[in-house]
Amino acid sequence: MAQITLEGIGHAYGSGAARSGTDYALKPLHHVWEAGRAYALLGPSGCGKTTLLNIISGLVIPSEGRLLFDDRDVTRLPTEQRNIAQVFQFPVIYDTMTVAENLAFPLKNRGMAKPLIDRRVGEIAAMLDLTPHLGRRARGLTADAKQKISLGRGLVRSDVSAVLFDEPLTVIDPALKWELRSKLKVVHRALDLLMIYVTHDQVEALTFADKVVVMNDGRAVQIGTPAELFETPEHTFVGYFIGSPGMNLLRGEIAGTEVRVDGQVIPLGAAYPGLRPGQEVKVGIRPDYAVLSETGGLPVDIRRIDDLGRKRLAHVALGENRQTLVATVPHGMSVETGPGRVSFDPARTHLYVDERRVHGDSFSRGRAA
Amino acid sequence: MSLVLDHIGYRRGDEALIADVSLELARGSMNVLLGPTLAGKTTLMRLMAGLDRPTSGRLIEDGTDVTGVPVKDRSVAMVYQQFVNYPTLSVYENIASPLRVQRLPRSEIEARVARAAKLMRLEPMLQRTPGQLSGGQQQRTALARALVKQARLVLLDEPLANLDYKLREELREELPRLFAETGAILVYATTEPTEALLLRGRTATLWQGRITQLGPTAQVYREPESLDAARVFSDPPLNELALRKSGTEMMLAGGRVIPAVGALSGLPDGEFRLGFRSDAVTLGDAGGDRLGFPGVVAVTEISGSESFVHVDVGAGTWVCLVEGLHGYEPGDRAEARLDLSRAFVFAADGRRVSADAPAPALRQSVPA
Repeated sequence: MAQITLEGIGHAYGSGAARSGTDYALKPLHHVWEAGRAYALLGPSGCGKTTLLNIISGLVIPSEGRLLFDDRDVTRLPTEQRNIAQVFQFPVIYDTMTVAENLAFPLKNRGMAKPLIDRRVGEIAAMLDLTPHLGRRARGLTADAKQKISLGRGLVRSDVSAVLFDEPLTVIDPALKWELRSKLKVVHRALDLLMIYVTHDQVEALTFADKVVVMNDGRAVQIGTPAELFETPEHTFVGYFIGSPGMNLLRGEIAGTEVRVDGQVIPLGAAYPGLRPGQEVKVGIRPDYAVLSETGGLPVDIRRIDDLGRKRLAHVALGENRQTLVATVPHGMSVETGPGRVSFDPARTHLYVDERRVHGDSFSRGRAA
Repeated sequence: MSLVLDHIGYRRGDEALIADVSLELARGSMNVLLGPTLAGKTTLMRLMAGLDRPTSGRLIEDGTDVTGVPVKDRSVAMVYQQFVNYPTLSVYENIASPLRVQRLPRSEIEARVARAAKLMRLEPMLQRTPGQLSGGQQQRTALARALVKQARLVLLDEPLANLDYKLREELREELPRLFAETGAILVYATTEPTEALLLRGRTATLWQGRITQLGPTAQVYREPESLDAARVFSDPPLNELALRKSGTEMMLAGGRVIPAVGALSGLPDGEFRLGFRSDAVTLGDAGGDRLGFPGVVAVTEISGSESFVHVDVGAGTWVCLVEGLHGYEPGDRAEARLDLSRAFVFAADGRRVSADAPAPALRQSVPA
């Protein structure tokens, strides 16, 4: 088990003479992956998350920066000298071997004694509910079962520097994803390995990881706990990408401890001495914290109600430019399209300039909207 | 037009892939087929399209029997989960291809492709080939091709399943509206309950080749008539609790005995199964009249603003919804608190039973 350090790791494909910032598949990044923790790399396709994973695994040599496993510089070492385990999108197993032989293979390869192998294979099989299948040949098993074996093979060695997962639940039936996401979390707790998990699915990332690296356009836009990403997105992209639907963003102008949006006034939970009066900002508020109200808040035009079973969301238009946002309908409230009101939780209302969150001086207690 | 499936069945060898499906689909309607993988959604769509011939029953289009009429002689467009496009043709030609087959005049083709490309936001990509597009753009190309065809029956088989969830969000909003304008019968297959709810329209829950329930989508969600329908229409999975009622007491799976309270007191003696979704059971002090089940946290799943805490309560592991982000740790002790008024009661044969007779009749009279 190791700590992995990225020292200004960046990557531009092709031969690089003069490069502009846009040439990078991965813009230079400093980060320490702590031993024993679970991380997710989350972002849309093309964001650079797979490039970063491939740099850590050794499939890609970065065009700049250094990669350290503890104090050892592995930047240019081939994959097999890095002591890592990998799980890919699609099952990588031996069809002719039994499930037990498949799980044992990485250990046997390293000359581990048979009783130790048997014990470890037994442990991993139990964690993944593979015990009843141990004696069966892998051929003929479902894609789900095969991918579980792949996960088991990735997890079976306890001496690896890290386990890397590249969208490992792609082939898993949606109904089983619940189960496997949960399993992986439990397995991480039990095994105490550094795990790095690439996905474009926020639920997988937030559920699995202690910390999530949100990536967009070759850049790590925020590294934080699930709660940090949800409550205080540091970048508008994080607000958009985390949460379904994502954070509402409205154009407005700062006015003291309020922000004006098309003549309407939204109260803030902090003072922003760093902003000029009248400066243009984006107001970010999650649908969870913009709530339809009978009397308080701002007048809006309710255009549509989505009933999601567990909750209802209202699509509303605010102000003369009819900026749209999504608001939560409180349980039990009866609501129709047409005129309505939305109140904002000032403590959860954030301001963004150039897509970055502006840090204000919070009031000790949030005021009511 | 309307399409009627009259006792449609489809067998392969000894296996009944589709069993006795009767449906009536109206012009301009949105019809959701909701079911897990292998429930029979794709098989049923292929029968509707005329790609396969049913082994029993009839398919009737506007009063005419079209059973066995091949797809080429029907007015059908189909979009699959995998992006299917002609790899060597430009996006423009991909979209135009069904119109070329129909030998429409060039001006008509140009007009229809331009309109579909605009709606699908493909205008800047018309001269590219599919290989140069993102997954979302490729699927929008396939959807645009289905749109220009102006088919009377449009079959969408999990069209968004392979897309990032942010793209799914956007397209899910647009799709029903785009096709509704054409007046087509829209059939949309999905595995996801939330998707069905967002699409609205009518939903048929499908399980093992049978339609287990059919009705307005929100009504099927709120009032499942059977355990199978409730299971199909629950994500996270439906929580369940078996119990035996005897007089004023109920013996729960796991051995606990509780008094028969609330609506459950009206049940006759016998075996029952409670089914309840994650939002009917929470942790900690939820207030109200709830039944507590001490347990141990297995895992917590976080989905944006909601946490789904899996709690082993002895009689099974339940998924409990907790608002906000909560880091319950595996092994933590927690009490799952069940709102019995929101639990569905099923008889031993899986049919929903009403705990007190007048209530369901009352509910049915309320429009969904």
